[in-house]
Amino acid sequence: MATIDIAGIRKVYPGNVTAIHGLDLSIDDGELVVLVGPSGCGKSTLLRMIAGLETITDGTVSIGGDVVNRKEPAERDIAMVFQNYALYPHMSVRGNLEYGLKNRGTPRAEIDARVTEAARILEIEPFLERKPRQLSGGQRQRVAMGRAIVRHPKAFLFDEPLSNLDAKLRGQMRIEIKRLQRNLKTTSVYVTHDQLEAMTLADRLVVMNAGRIEQVGKPVELYEQPASLFVAGFIGSPPMNIFDVSKLRELPGVTLPASLPQSADVVGARPDAILLEKPQGEAIALKGTVELIEPVGGESHVYARLAGSDQIVILVIQGRTRLAEAEEIAFYLPEAALHPFERESGRRVG
Amino acid sequence: MVENRPLLTFLSHLVLIIGVLIVAFPVYIAIIASTRASNEFLSGLIPLLPGPHLVENYSRMLSSGVSTSGAPPLGLMMTNSLIMALVIAIGKIAISLLSAFAIVYFRFPFRQLAFWAIFITLMLPVEVRILPTFEVVANLNLLNSYVGLTVPLIASATATFLFRQFFLTVPDELMEAARVDGAGPMKFFRDILLPLSRTNIAALFVILFIYGWNQYLWPLLITTDERYYTVVMGIRRLAATADTEPLWNVVMASAVLAMLPPVLVVIFMQRLFVKGLVETEK
Amino acid sequence: MQTKRTIFSNKGLPYALLFPQLAITAIFFLWPAGQALWQSFLRQDAFGFRTSFVGFSNFLDLFTSPQYLNSLSVTAVFATSVAALSMSVSLLLAVAADRMIRTRNAYTTFLVWPYAVAPAVAGILWWFMFNPSIGVFSYVLDMLNYNWNHTLSRTDAMLLVIFASTWKQISYNFLFFLAGLQSIPASLSEAAAIDGARPVKRFFTIVFPLLSPTTFFLMVVNITYAMFDTFGIIHATTSGGPAQATNILVYKVFNDGFIGLNLGSSAAQSVILMAIVISLTVIQFRYIERRVEY
Repeated sequence: MATIDIAGIRKVYPGNVTAIHGLDLSIDDGELVVLVGPSGCGKSTLLRMIAGLETITDGTVSIGGDVVNRKEPAERDIAMVFQNYALYPHMSVRGNLEYGLKNRGTPRAEIDARVTEAARILEIEPFLERKPRQLSGGQRQRVAMGRAIVRHPKAFLFDEPLSNLDAKLRGQMRIEIKRLQRNLKTTSVYVTHDQLEAMTLADRLVVMNAGRIEQVGKPVELYEQPASLFVAGFIGSPPMNIFDVSKLRELPGVTLPASLPQSADVVGARPDAILLEKPQGEAIALKGTVELIEPVGGESHVYARLAGSDQIVILVIQGRTRLAEAEEIAFYLPEAALHPFERESGRRVG
Repeated sequence: MVENRPLLTFLSHLVLIIGVLIVAFPVYIAIIASTRASNEFLSGLIPLLPGPHLVENYSRMLSSGVSTSGAPPLGLMMTNSLIMALVIAIGKIAISLLSAFAIVYFRFPFRQLAFWAIFITLMLPVEVRILPTFEVVANLNLLNSYVGLTVPLIASATATFLFRQFFLTVPDELMEAARVDGAGPMKFFRDILLPLSRTNIAALFVILFIYGWNQYLWPLLITTDERYYTVVMGIRRLAATADTEPLWNVVMASAVLAMLPPVLVVIFMQRLFVKGLVETEK
Repeated sequence: MQTKRTIFSNKGLPYALLFPQLAITAIFFLWPAGQALWQSFLRQDAFGFRTSFVGFSNFLDLFTSPQYLNSLSVTAVFATSVAALSMSVSLLLAVAADRMIRTRNAYTTFLVWPYAVAPAVAGILWWFMFNPSIGVFSYVLDMLNYNWNHTLSRTDAMLLVIFASTWKQISYNFLFFLAGLQSIPASLSEAAAIDGARPVKRFFTIVFPLLSPTTFFLMVVNITYAMFDTFGIIHATTSGGPAQATNILVYKVFNDGFIGLNLGSSAAQSVILMAIVISLTVIQFRYIERRVEY
């Protein structure tokens, strides 16, 4: 149980490649923070700096109030779950779970108790004597988690732990990780590039891009109030529609709400916020032609070509739609659903 | 096979059987000769079928040797060969594992230099720099000793390379997991890396055992004391009798005994042998 | 040069780990090699009292010495013959074995064991079979009216060491050719068969070209083998004779150094051999980096 504080941290690789540009982040005790971003954004580097697997160029990492910059990974009292599990292939499942405890000189009885407890929680008791290669992907994943929880560490660090699993198993394990973390109340940092995984797991979400933090907040906040164009585009699926304000102005019969800030040269609208019926209050009215309809079950994704432009607009329609391909439609972006951005800085305005 | 061609299959079997016979023939002749009495080689035609003196010839060679050609009992020479082969194989594996570990898992000044220093040994077979190497060993007073027989041959670029290649294929995360689990470098080496290298060690052992056993020029130069003769070099002493014809039956008995241990190793550990051979050339 | 993403941070430990290897390398490899290089520029007088620096004259002497030039050409003939003969025989055997499914492993077992026979022992075996008075082969040749005698005939002596060296190397080449053949996808042969190519044509148009990386690699290895690893065969049988007919370079280094006690010349020969080994190794490494492909 501990807080993790990151202050002014930088990482410069040999050859002057900067992976992390001075970054601050405080993680509360018992919180599950997800670092999300495209590959190469520095999220794994940051996690590995917390773990002590990567040296810190500048700034400090503190775990439970102690600066750990100079400490070996083992001395930081953290546990890590790796993407490829990193189970010791020549040891049984039990051997894998015990190894870290043995190295710390934990008494035998204590080791047995903890292994039994972890095996029960993760339902891996039947496999304790097997070797990792005799297990399925999902079982290996559980063992990797078991190796972390037997240690009762101050923090769990997860490095894309689910990306080697198939989609169905990934969904199940996501729920299990969340439940486990709720029960154990262990501070956790979780790295993923999958925005859905990030949204569903996180107490707080950290969106990273090119070695910097774009935005920190609760998943819903990030969805509803993306602080930058990058976050707007990264969070949410299908992605937000982005319109060029000057192009919109050129379209015949289109008026923009007066509330739109002067400096906004780009405006975004979530596909599920676009309406086919004219709403109450102000809205941008647009016309288009349906190009493609994807029925995905409970909702339909409609791809429409904006009239007088070659931009494709995505709409999410609840339930089944009566629209047909090649049909001419009118649609509306309500004033409240608009996300104004400034292109130059990429930041939200107003 | 793409299609069934009985004639081609028959020809292939024929080629292979002839190949096996050619490969086996010299050894067959040697075994036959080793079962004969020495006076049977004077007639001008060497016999092609086994004779009755097998036990007699072999037990004579193993226990007493041929004093007239200055050859000690084969039992002693074979023991020396065994010691030499084992020390070289185990020694090479041990020091190569350690240096490969240092080169792959650490970054330190002069790492590149160390790597090249080891690399150069790969290029210089002992035969081409035999005289100066002999002088070094002589100056160190290591002639006629097991240390002199083995240690100079223990540095091995080949084995270091093999282990380096293998260590590079071990996932980085294993070492990271071990560090998080509280294992220091040597603990990681012992608990994780060594067990994972088992097959490679075994395969390399087969190749290096053969290498050590078959050393010829080195023991020939280093040993003048019969107590340190190895069997491969000892045969030459038996065969190289100045004026008279060699005692062919005992020479061949010694040849058979000299090739038996490494040949058995190859036959019974064929899978490891092939792996070792192919991997050391990569 | 490659290392791991994360590394252990100990300062002294890597040096301690490298120490045994480096110590042995320095004492028994680098120092002697340096000695050879140094001595190759020196000459001792007849009594061994005085040593003087003579520059490259040891090398110049070598390349004007008929014995050394003879040794060079003997080595060239020997190495090429061994490489060509053992590779052709092995390729034939490997192609035949590659056709077999159930019996392949059994044939392999019966073909690979000569690898384990020491060169010196291999030499003795062939020496015995060709022994002019009682050898089984010389007996057969005698019936064919060929009077085999490797103690007198330069050709016979050369053939003897070629046979013995080839015999020992067949298993090695066989294993690599077989591995090479098995790594060629069966679908290529099948496609060629559908295109109407018959087996012999398929071999020369599809299989052999695809095998060229293996062939090239083995060529280098075989030349290295014939030049350096056959010392035992020569020493145990012909001792370089008759009339220097089988006096290959590596044997001459030994002979001039230990028997002739001509240190400067022997050292110069060592240096030349080291240069040859290094070039062959470099060729081999370039092959490993960029496999020959057509």
